Amino acid sequence: MELENANPEQEKDPGTQPEQSETHSEAAKDAEKRADEPLPREAAPSIVRATMDERKLASRSRRELLKVAPVLVLGAFAIPSLQETVLKRGLGFNDWASKLLFRRGHLAPTFADSALTPFEKFPINDYDVDDPGVILENWTLTVGGAVQKPGDYRLDRIQGLPRIRQNTRHVCVEGWDVIGRFGGARLSDFLVMIGADTSARYITVACADDYYESLDMATALHPQTLLCYEMYDQPLTREHGAPLRLQIPTKIGYKQAKYLTDLKVTNVLEKVGYWEDQGYSAFYGL
Amino acid sequence: MSSTVLEITRGKGEDTEVAGRAAYEHPLVVRLCHWLNAISLFVLAGSGLQIFRAFPSFGAKIPQKDLLNWPKSFAIGGWLGGALQWHLTFMWIYIATGVIYVGYQIFSGNYRQVLFTRRDLPGVWPMVRHYFFFGPKPEVREAYNPLQKNAYTLAIGLGVLSVLTGLAVWKPVQFSWLAALMGGFHWARLWHFLVMWALLAFVFGHLVMVVIHGWNNFVSMLTGWKKDPEY
Repeated sequence: MELENANPEQEKDPGTQPEQSETHSEAAKDAEKRADEPLPREAAPSIVRATMDERKLASRSRRELLKVAPVLVLGAFAIPSLQETVLKRGLGFNDWASKLLFRRGHLAPTFADSALTPFEKFPINDYDVDDPGVILENWTLTVGGAVQKPGDYRLDRIQGLPRIRQNTRHVCVEGWDVIGRFGGARLSDFLVMIGADTSARYITVACADDYYESLDMATALHPQTLLCYEMYDQPLTREHGAPLRLQIPTKIGYKQAKYLTDLKVTNVLEKVGYWEDQGYSAFYGL
Repeated sequence: MSSTVLEITRGKGEDTEVAGRAAYEHPLVVRLCHWLNAISLFVLAGSGLQIFRAFPSFGAKIPQKDLLNWPKSFAIGGWLGGALQWHLTFMWIYIATGVIYVGYQIFSGNYRQVLFTRRDLPGVWPMVRHYFFFGPKPEVREAYNPLQKNAYTLAIGLGVLSVLTGLAVWKPVQFSWLAALMGGFHWARLWHFLVMWALLAFVFGHLVMVVIHGWNNFVSMLTGWKKDPEY
């Protein structure tokens, strides 16, 4: 070895770094650069060959420290006035990605009857009252928006559509889950019946308990998305949303509104949903 | 596999003296990923525990038996909706930095200094003996000793598991095959929780070692340069 500052690993495997300078002043720089390059497979333990002045090391270290500074961008999340904005952006990005991941033809898992959670152990979850006092005999679903046949639809019109029964998992945003048996009409069939413009972006619903929700059209057209009027082969009980609720195995629980009174097809959302408007995910597909 | 060690000199010409040694151990990509990932893991654990507070059980909803009452002051987000915003935002930073880190390590070959392989196996016990039973200190010839390689390699494995279990909890329908692998959404949630604790255990050990051994280690994760390495 005639060059004092040559790299020990290069001696062994000259093919890996053909263009490397081997002058004294460049050696330290090379060592730094080399750390970013592929290393030969079987290198010997390193041997001190190259040198660097301590002031040069100090300035180089400072420069490298500055390069890590972009990490401080995350500090935006700690600034109270920015926090809400950046978190909303994050949630928006998350919803965008969720929409991309949603596949119209992909079905949610279904389960055998033996896997069902017993009806009495299916939680009753609402934001307000268990029973908003719907007068079932007079009930109609008021349909409006981008549809050819707006108006009030009685339950028997919906029950006249093909009845779907499915055992699917109901997942609550809190983290618990149950497997229930649901029956009803496909929302997509109902949309055909009312002459809905399915190129519109959203379905919105209003409820007897003043709850409200919205649904993207792709999910509304999913074959497992039901206008549900049965649970466990019995008419919906009042606490579970009689006479009609949404049942959507591809969505989180809070999107599956109960006690429906109004349904609209629309391109514009004034409000997203009761929980969404307080900061929950607007899409929340499972 | 280790970085080239330089001799650090003081003074000029005839008066030059050796002031120490230094090695460039951590490329910028590694350092950036390390800190971004560390911050996001902190936020994910904190917000995850706040999400857990909404239903602190892995059993049935009816009847509900709480596993533990995690204190709100050790959680992030304040309420379920807030915690979800933190969690669903930082998971992207966590995944991105993880993917970039692993990708960089593979394509640069840098993984060879840290990946635990069969060759490192015999060196594990002497290191354990040294750390826990006051055994003699094994000779260090590389940037990472066998026990470190073992811990860092396992941590990457846990990171991958945290993402996979998380995906199964986040999208149990779109990733139904993944959820099924874990026993469905219900159990994926438990695995996700357990992987978090395993990661926190790793972080705890990592921090203890940094405090005991490693001001120079800590600085090297900031500047890339490690002063007076042992090898």
